Amino acid sequence: MAAQGNTQSSAEQSLETLQDIKRIMERSSRFISLSGLSGVSAGICALVGAYFAHSMIYRYQHYAGTESLSPEMFSAEGRNVFEWHMIGLAIAVLVAALLTSTLFTWRKASKNQLPIWDHASKKLAINMAIPLAAGGVFVIGLLDHGGWNYVAPACLVFYGLALVNASKYTLTDIRYLGLLEIALGCFCMYFPHEGLYFWTGGFGILHIIYGLIMWWKYERK
Amino acid sequence: MKNPIGNLNKVFDSRIRMGVMSILLMNEEVSFNDLKQLLELTDGNLASHLINLEENAFIKVHKGFIGRKTNTTYSITKSGEKAFKDHLEGLENIIRGVNKS
Repeated sequence: MAAQGNTQSSAEQSLETLQDIKRIMERSSRFISLSGLSGVSAGICALVGAYFAHSMIYRYQHYAGTESLSPEMFSAEGRNVFEWHMIGLAIAVLVAALLTSTLFTWRKASKNQLPIWDHASKKLAINMAIPLAAGGVFVIGLLDHGGWNYVAPACLVFYGLALVNASKYTLTDIRYLGLLEIALGCFCMYFPHEGLYFWTGGFGILHIIYGLIMWWKYERK
Repeated sequence: MKNPIGNLNKVFDSRIRMGVMSILLMNEEVSFNDLKQLLELTDGNLASHLINLEENAFIKVHKGFIGRKTNTTYSITKSGEKAFKDHLEGLENIIRGVNKS
């Protein structure tokens, strides 16, 4: 009887130790505080930005008196005012998306009393930044060579690659979001004049849907 | 009958040393400060356990600098990896042994 009780408790202890080990391993290698609401807020920023971009393009087209946006319109010496407005809008959307998504993730981390800037989140940031930085340079190159039509697909593909890469260091679900973004970007290459719609789908709608799924899965009480 | 606890390594009895090994198994190189933060320890407490693991040749120490500040990082050795995996297997066997009976 006594021996039975002894092995029982040592098994319980072992199980507890193994669970501890698993928890520490996970916490040290994956950033688990990423909030679904971060995705939703980034998606909303993208939708608002796309709305402004759409009306700016519409006004520009009417002002220029042409039916469709042809690359020739943008290839004048240097960048014109319209181009600078679009670049400014893009930067504003990026900053707003980063700020709001950081806020929701910070909120989730502090609720669970976990640090937001630790070993795991540093690794996540570095591995996400590599494809994103490459994408940023690539897109600037596109703008310099008058390749406005290919900015949306390039953004989608590089962002998708960044997510696939980052998924090793945070919730694995974002791997599939990354694959969807890549597919959308590749597909978009063949519809160069509909870039804004693809961009809105990838950065706006997919983010919101994915954020809601992640929130439902991990944060709903 | 073989003693099920015989497979467990005494070195990993301490939760802190076990924690250090868990982290180093998943991450190639981890700095002293990151270990401290992950395990929620004080400098002195962590340092003594790290010395113990180093003496057993389970971990390797790399001393480096970031600017003027020292940056010491730790990584797991081959023998450390084997010893810790054997230890985990030992724990698993204890649980399996109970489920069977």
